[in-house]
Amino acid sequence: MVALITHSPILIIAIPLVAAFLTPLIGMASKKARNALVIVSLAFVAFLVIILARDISINGIHIYTLGATSPELTLPGGAMVPIRIILEVDAMSIFMGIIWATVSLAAAIFSLSHMAGETGQNRFYTLLLLMVTGGFGMMFTGDLFNLFVFLEIASISGAALIAFRTRFADAVEGGFKYIVISAVAGLIFLFGVGLLYAQYNSLNIGFLANAMQYSTLDIIALTLFLMSLTIKTGMVPLHMWYPDSYTVAPANITAMLVITSHACMYAVFRICFSLYGGVLDASVVGWIIVIIGLLTMFVGVTMAVFQTDVMRFMSYHAISQMGYMWLGVGVGLAVLGNPALDTYGRDAISGGIFHILNHAMYKPLLFMTAGALFHRTGTRDLNKMGGLGHNMKFTLILYIIGTLSIAGIPPLNGFASKFLIYESVYQFNPVLAVVAMLVSIITLASFTKAFQSAFTGPQLPEYKDVKEVPKPMLIGMGILAAAIIFTSIFPGLVVEHIVNPATDALINQAAYVNGIMGGGMP
Amino acid sequence: MMEHIPLNFPFLAAALLVGVSFYILIFKRNLIKLIMGIGMLASGVNLFLVALGYRAGGNAPIYTDVPEGPMVLPVPQALTLTSIVINVAVLALMLTMVILIYRHTGSLDSEKSRKMKG
Amino acid sequence: MIESPSGFWGPVVWIIAAIVALLIAYFIQRRGEKAYKKGVQSETFLMGNPKLSEGETHIKAHNIYWGFFEGLKKYYVPTIAAHTGIINDHLIWFIAGIAVVVIILFVTGGI
Repeated sequence: MVALITHSPILIIAIPLVAAFLTPLIGMASKKARNALVIVSLAFVAFLVIILARDISINGIHIYTLGATSPELTLPGGAMVPIRIILEVDAMSIFMGIIWATVSLAAAIFSLSHMAGETGQNRFYTLLLLMVTGGFGMMFTGDLFNLFVFLEIASISGAALIAFRTRFADAVEGGFKYIVISAVAGLIFLFGVGLLYAQYNSLNIGFLANAMQYSTLDIIALTLFLMSLTIKTGMVPLHMWYPDSYTVAPANITAMLVITSHACMYAVFRICFSLYGGVLDASVVGWIIVIIGLLTMFVGVTMAVFQTDVMRFMSYHAISQMGYMWLGVGVGLAVLGNPALDTYGRDAISGGIFHILNHAMYKPLLFMTAGALFHRTGTRDLNKMGGLGHNMKFTLILYIIGTLSIAGIPPLNGFASKFLIYESVYQFNPVLAVVAMLVSIITLASFTKAFQSAFTGPQLPEYKDVKEVPKPMLIGMGILAAAIIFTSIFPGLVVEHIVNPATDALINQAAYVNGIMGGGMP
Repeated sequence: MMEHIPLNFPFLAAALLVGVSFYILIFKRNLIKLIMGIGMLASGVNLFLVALGYRAGGNAPIYTDVPEGPMVLPVPQALTLTSIVINVAVLALMLTMVILIYRHTGSLDSEKSRKMKG
Repeated sequence: MIESPSGFWGPVVWIIAAIVALLIAYFIQRRGEKAYKKGVQSETFLMGNPKLSEGETHIKAHNIYWGFFEGLKKYYVPTIAAHTGIINDHLIWFIAGIAVVVIILFVTGGI
């Protein structure tokens, strides 16, 4: 068991990778065995993530050096520079890992019946497991070039999954836009990595944080990193490709893609706090991120009220909710190094990170309910739907839970994280809290519009024999709804044990660097 | 400053490649030309990575029968190989999607072949 | 229960308070009108208008917030026009964003 915990970072990345390449072989023999392989490997990865999380909460940062004689040997033979690829898992990384494990398991169970009528399902599950690998690699790595490689793995498999149903013309167009944006963003990111390597001769984040002097080339590298990662999270004004791609994908793939864009946001935080932490011009970069957050929230939600396509509507809401996370963490970054960090900066970062957790639970749930509507009625257009609440009662209840959560209505978990953000951002600048509350109200308004169009009203004659969705889809949505209800009733437990350690790990750059540079042994 | 130009020539070439590729990505409407622009951006970044590892008078970073003198840095060459492989996969995927877009909409123009806006 | 800089939020207390309030509302409702006939007295009052079919009384999605969109027309028309969907425009925004952030960081950094 101890060996399992020690080697768990690489096992978490390697098991979906191996399972991805075994899936076509086993799928040729039997379909039930292939489905069982996918679900069992994702469940085992979730188990490994939970025991690794428990180990990190007891013992601190977990270092894994690939190919060394012992996993913590980062500086062998008294070397001054860490060699080999190093995976560094601290509390913030394992926080993202828990989210990714849960959502990918729920999405895989959902796809057992949602994709049941498609051809080429072997390739679908291979690509899904490859995307899981890419996501975990991005979250656990301690090395900039490794981040680039796993970012590209996740992007390529994500684009292929968006365009999977090639019989729809707009699905292929959405996939094409996703891969063009991801390719350009990845190449710009690689340019920035090259700039940093040219100056300091190392790719390791811990070593670079120690050796960083804030020269002109470093400023250009910071800009390239920021822009290339934030375009993939869908920040305004670079967001215009985002709804086109996320509308046309199968519903559970959109759920996983939202978490991939959270992983890109995690990479931005890792670069701003752990790589450039001490030398950054914190107030300027913090204010840039705060302005980004405000614009994103407002433009996202006002465009969302206008939509009539239910998946496009939810994609704009995903853009808008990311603005809350940028706002919370941006305020924390702007007061980094001030004594104000202790009064409200830490709570602002906690609010932003707690909002990542909450968003990762209710947004996939909402996308999956939209997928359930598409599965039974065959259309995504809200103008054509009506009165479906009479037939699809479970979907109705899950949709109501998701709506109350995203709009920030007590007692659900959306209110808990928005409460933290409002109360701490208000002390930084009152205008920010006012805009955030306004956006929350418009969110509720737009979800009420979709609820009225799709679910309420008299039962239309063309939908008289629409039945409830099959059981695997309900189980997939039920996992997320159970997580939402648990977080709603016990937010104190979640904040104290999962969110606050993540905040402290982000702010504490010295512990991150020490994990790498202090790991030498004779 | 003019005497530094021969030393910096690879970096100027990489910057020129990246600049031309930005021009193509912004102004050309044909989807195939867009993909060529992304290929040119990849070439520019790869050239930049290899050029930053060069040391004056250096030999190839292979230990067997190496002559005396400094070696060029091997790590950027490894980064470039990885990047070339990833870009091959990305370009293949993009070309497949362009074929499917042409079959569905009959046009290769980025404005006439779009179905979603707003 | 989570603590924030100026307050706290405890959902268990809120749920208990909500259940008590709903119970009070339920007991007030039970003391109401006993001569209520379900069905007849809750039909829609049409005041002489013709009764429409089910599909026609349902308001479609795009007509719901018409007043909101009309009032904010000056904001909405340019914004919707900017969301063209052409891939070249997406890349123009990306490169312009890089340029703007580089300029901001250099000007405030004083280099």
